[in-house]
Amino acid sequence: MTSPNTIPPMGQREKLLDMVNIDKVFNGNVVALKEMNLTVNQGDFISLLGPSGCGKSTALRLISGLMRPTSGQISWEGGQNSGDLGVVFQEPTLMPWATVEQNVWLPFRLRGKSLSDVQDEIMWALNMVGLEKFQRSYPRELSGGMKMRVSIARALVTEPRLILMDEPFAALDEITRHKLNNDLLDLRDKLKCTVIFVTHSVFESVFLSDRIVVMAARPGRVSSEVTVDAPYPRTEDFRTSAAYADLCRKASEALHGAMNQHGARASA
Amino acid sequence: MSVTDMTTPLVVDEEELRHARAKNRERIAKWVLPVVVIAFAIFMWDRVVVWNDIPHYILPGPGLVITTLIADWGMLSSALVVTLKITLAALSVAVIGGVGLAILFTQSRYFEMSFYPFAVILQVTPVVSIAPLIFIYVENRLAGLLLCAWIVAFFPILSNTTLGLNSTDHNLRDLYKIYGATRWQRLRYLQLPTALPYFLGGLRIAGGLSLIGAVVAEYVAGTGGIGSGLAFRILEAGYRLNIPRMFAALLLIAATGVVIFTAASLLSHALLHKWHESAIKRES
Repeated sequence: MTSPNTIPPMGQREKLLDMVNIDKVFNGNVVALKEMNLTVNQGDFISLLGPSGCGKSTALRLISGLMRPTSGQISWEGGQNSGDLGVVFQEPTLMPWATVEQNVWLPFRLRGKSLSDVQDEIMWALNMVGLEKFQRSYPRELSGGMKMRVSIARALVTEPRLILMDEPFAALDEITRHKLNNDLLDLRDKLKCTVIFVTHSVFESVFLSDRIVVMAARPGRVSSEVTVDAPYPRTEDFRTSAAYADLCRKASEALHGAMNQHGARASA
Repeated sequence: MSVTDMTTPLVVDEEELRHARAKNRERIAKWVLPVVVIAFAIFMWDRVVVWNDIPHYILPGPGLVITTLIADWGMLSSALVVTLKITLAALSVAVIGGVGLAILFTQSRYFEMSFYPFAVILQVTPVVSIAPLIFIYVENRLAGLLLCAWIVAFFPILSNTTLGLNSTDHNLRDLYKIYGATRWQRLRYLQLPTALPYFLGGLRIAGGLSLIGAVVAEYVAGTGGIGSGLAFRILEAGYRLNIPRMFAALLLIAATGVVIFTAASLLSHALLHKWHESAIKRES
């Protein structure tokens, strides 16, 4: 895959993926997701923000192909190929018996490539997350933040068209989380990759993304979308800026709006 | 007082010293205590025999047992080889059968539903009660012994390995699915490594059980002559009131059990010490 040199501004990006009228129903009556429409463009950093039960993880599972929608369509521009997706879960999800490089090798290994064939790719990915010196370490020898970096390297190594992240930093301490937030934006700037990031942190979603899709619960659905028009690169200065506070307020209001829709419905 | 003084002696922390001393003591005691206790028990055994003038056909002293072991070494060692062969063969077949069945179970739910009850029935029925039937139907005595020992030994391997194969991290399973892994890849790269610690736990139990199975089967089979193992030698010595030889044979069986257990533990450590929690020493 060849990356463009810069990510074009929103509105000029090429379409990557289309979700049209997606419904997902469990057990015949639990509506996890209702009429979800989402267009993902190349270079988007989208956060799915919402309370638990709003279907954000379900949406990720549908995009990743682990689940099929009850109705509606998900279509990839140019069709979907294996290696189009990289996934990062809430836990690092590493194989404890395998070294760091063997863990990062996994996506290639499952496609029948030997470790020596893809050594360069693996080292490149480890370099990207700053772990090139730890290729022979076992996961248990690493800190929580480093394990998460390995997990990110594994998601990057095939240079996927889309990276899905399901609350990847939720279990980390705040300082580590901020560091990883910064590094993730650096990565995105270097790789021009497209990311869908599930979170329930307003601050994290504002800091990272250029589009925040706010979701509401019962039934899970898209409530509104907030555009974060602050320019990249975003640094620690952005975190303390007035613009950031402003955007956080906007996103918080949208989130409360989504929760109140539910509240109004529940009390009605 | 200068800050850059390099000759400042290391700060001695009383509590840390105490911890270090306690740890050191514990390390020594771990080896010394069992040896001392066993030596004392053997010594008391000897004294009890001497003080009470117990005749050797009732309770031989430890010295006599050792002398008998050496004197009868020709007969006892060949019996040991027979028992050892049956034990190890049963253990090998238990490993192959247990792991093989476990893999089949996890590949097909329907297969598991169909055959798991059989495995349980085989396990819960005491081998002593099946053994006589086995020796009626199985002509070859060695095959009969092997079958008995296998029935006892294979279940812990089967149940532990099945549990291990089903204990894969669900996120990793999802990841394999997203990357389009085949069933074979998932088994080889994900399920088998996950099951390894469980399997090794089963192996440790099965090692002891296969020895028990072999000994019990020999008791039931009973007939002597060529190819008789330690259990038969114990029976035979009992009929002849050769109590020292009974003790010598018993000693060999116990030693065999210890060796098998130790070997399984060492194997477990060798395979797991790099990554598994159970094998990692923590500094407390």
